[in-house]
Amino acid sequence: MMGLAVQPLLLWSDALLFVMTAVIVALALWARRQDALRAAWARVAKNSVAMSAATVLAVFVLIGMLDSLHYRPRLDTQPGATAQYAVEVHSALDALLSGLRQRSEKTYSAPLATHLFSREALENSVEREFPRLKHGGAHLGENLAGHENDIALRLLFGAGAGLAVWLVMFAALRRRYGVEFKTTLKVGDGDTANGAEKDAEKGAAKSAAAGSVLLTLLAVFMLTGVVVALADGYHVFGTDKVGQDVLYLSLKSIRTGLLIGTLTTLVMLPVAVLLGILAGYVGGWVDDVIQYLYTTLSSIPGVLLIAAAVLMMQVVIDTHPEWFATTAERADARLLALCLILGMTSWTGLARLMRGETLKLRELEFVQAAQAFGVGRFAIMHRHILPNLMHIVLIALVMDFSGLVLAEAVLSYVGVGVDPSTISFGTMINTARMELAREPMVWWSLVAAFSFMFALVLAANLFADAIRDAFDPRSST
Amino acid sequence: MLAYTIRRLLYAIPILIGVNLITFGLFFVVNTPDDMARMQLGVKRVTPDAIEKWKAERGYDKPLMWNSAAAGSGVVTDTIFFSKSVRMFVGDFGRADDGRDIAREIRTRMGPSLAIAVPTFVLGLFVAISFSLLLVFFRATALDFSGVVLCVAMMSISGLFYIIGGQWLVSKIWHLVPISGYSGGLDAAKFLILPVIIGVIGGIGASTRWYRTIFLEEINRDYVRTARAKGLPERVVLFRHVLRNALIPILTGVVVVIPTLFMGSLLTESFFGIPGLGSYTIDAINAQDFAVVRSMVFIGSVLYIVGLLLTDFSYTLADPRVRLQ
Repeated sequence: MMGLAVQPLLLWSDALLFVMTAVIVALALWARRQDALRAAWARVAKNSVAMSAATVLAVFVLIGMLDSLHYRPRLDTQPGATAQYAVEVHSALDALLSGLRQRSEKTYSAPLATHLFSREALENSVEREFPRLKHGGAHLGENLAGHENDIALRLLFGAGAGLAVWLVMFAALRRRYGVEFKTTLKVGDGDTANGAEKDAEKGAAKSAAAGSVLLTLLAVFMLTGVVVALADGYHVFGTDKVGQDVLYLSLKSIRTGLLIGTLTTLVMLPVAVLLGILAGYVGGWVDDVIQYLYTTLSSIPGVLLIAAAVLMMQVVIDTHPEWFATTAERADARLLALCLILGMTSWTGLARLMRGETLKLRELEFVQAAQAFGVGRFAIMHRHILPNLMHIVLIALVMDFSGLVLAEAVLSYVGVGVDPSTISFGTMINTARMELAREPMVWWSLVAAFSFMFALVLAANLFADAIRDAFDPRSST
Repeated sequence: MLAYTIRRLLYAIPILIGVNLITFGLFFVVNTPDDMARMQLGVKRVTPDAIEKWKAERGYDKPLMWNSAAAGSGVVTDTIFFSKSVRMFVGDFGRADDGRDIAREIRTRMGPSLAIAVPTFVLGLFVAISFSLLLVFFRATALDFSGVVLCVAMMSISGLFYIIGGQWLVSKIWHLVPISGYSGGLDAAKFLILPVIIGVIGGIGASTRWYRTIFLEEINRDYVRTARAKGLPERVVLFRHVLRNALIPILTGVVVVIPTLFMGSLLTESFFGIPGLGSYTIDAINAQDFAVVRSMVFIGSVLYIVGLLLTDFSYTLADPRVRLQ
């Protein structure tokens, strides 16, 4: 039997991630047909800060998606024998970054360094020296004088390549869209539109947004070009204690952050929406029970409830090692359980909002008309209440995201975060923290983790603000 | 007022019972004491004798909820549920894994926790409100805009960064205060000043933005227009009228936090080596000391419920129109 070169593997979190993407695409198609929603999205599309934040987020999501296509590589066997697959699980991102993953050093090295960070006794020498790195700057050979020039050249080359790619893309877009693009470029360059008519202003706002997307893409391309050019010969963010490339770790952390930020809200969404609407619309003892439920849950301090639940989950996982075939599956189960626990402790706020809004909607004419026509309770909740709550759900989804990404780092520090074998911003910070006391200090892991996290969370915060402004009827006045 | 207080206290009882049941379910039903013993003693190479000994040491060698072997009221009282969960209502939290009395430990650790949490809270509130009033005073100007941008940027930075960065800059580079540690009396100030400042800076972004929204919502009301129309300067309008009327939404978010200050902050205390309740909890989590974590969950909920009660009372002080019935 001939086996494939790789064995695709679908982890539970991958499956959920793809289902979630499908649902979002479906929802987007549905929203296109709703006038009110289309108008709100149009407001977001005209907001240039929001659009460049969205561009940055899209880059993060792309990296996260690539990192979610998992497979087990085929082991080298005799031709004709049954294919054997490795136990370790890789992703498409790993394949793309195989250079970074495999070029590991012995231990710490500073960013762009050519030598290890600590002295070691070399062979046939009594003195302790900084050993040469195996990969960092290996292409320089013995000629270390060219180190700085080489870095400067790579910087220029990378930035130039990024610019070139951007120019090609820009030219292609311009040929496709022609005249509209001229205004884009003009407004993007900072010229203010002086058209008195409203239509012209709208067009200007739109092309300002398009211009900001293009500028963001230019920055992304140039940055990528520089990093790729440097990463080819050096460790851009240095290496960690076991010699792994910190840039690789940072890129791998993105998926964990995205998963925690989105899946958590998503697993709690059905519960919160269902209970919130039921409490608000049905009322009576149902309302009392649901209110009691979420008051009780929300009176337990969040971190403590999460800590208690995670401790208990660890006991379950540790006492049933037979459930998981590979360590990747175990880490994945732990990640999902963490999302579930975070979701279970945080659905109360959204349920309360849903209940309040349903109470208001219940008294409106269109719902009363539906009641008078004899439409059933569940049909009313499904057809008339739920669609009018979707903007709150969307706002909650985007507003929670950044908080959850930040929470992951804190929880991993407390010791109730993701599995220690899962690469995440939290685990990176947690391992790097131990080295702060070293003299001189090992700072690059921390700086890399914090910068990536800052970029992700800032983009998410800016995008969330724009979504809230566009969809919240109160703030649009 | 008294009748209202009593009724509110009665409302709190079912919630406390619910919290108690949740913690009991989480700690004893999801995993049996046998599972916990196996986990603590190492999953492999564990004998039944060792498990029994571990359970007996901690008083987990009883039936969960119903002891049919016991006589009289022992049917109910000689169980894990009664001895571990119901006893928490009277302040009996049992012993930690190291044999110390948890209730006693909590009393001694409360002081250091409060020494950090109270100044952070008061100073943070003051700075955030002043900063947001400043932004509102200069609303729709470049100052307001850049202030909001700064807030969003500060919100997007991890709390761990403020602590690690602050320790590195102030203690390691400038050598102004010790990196971590604690001592009683006036000497404590040099250990407390850095965590307090970092706590204030870390929280400033989110809270300033929140207060700004509250003030902006208030500033469009009719009474503000009237106050301006009668010729009051903007400064007086802002500080005398808007600030007072915005107190209700501010109190809603702020008063509920006050009792939970006793619990301390997990991160700050563990980074700065403050022997308070936050670091106690974090040590317990790392050592998987279930008894301590269980007690802290319960105490935290009690304090939160007290906070809700205080919030209601604070409304009457802030707004004479609110009457508690």
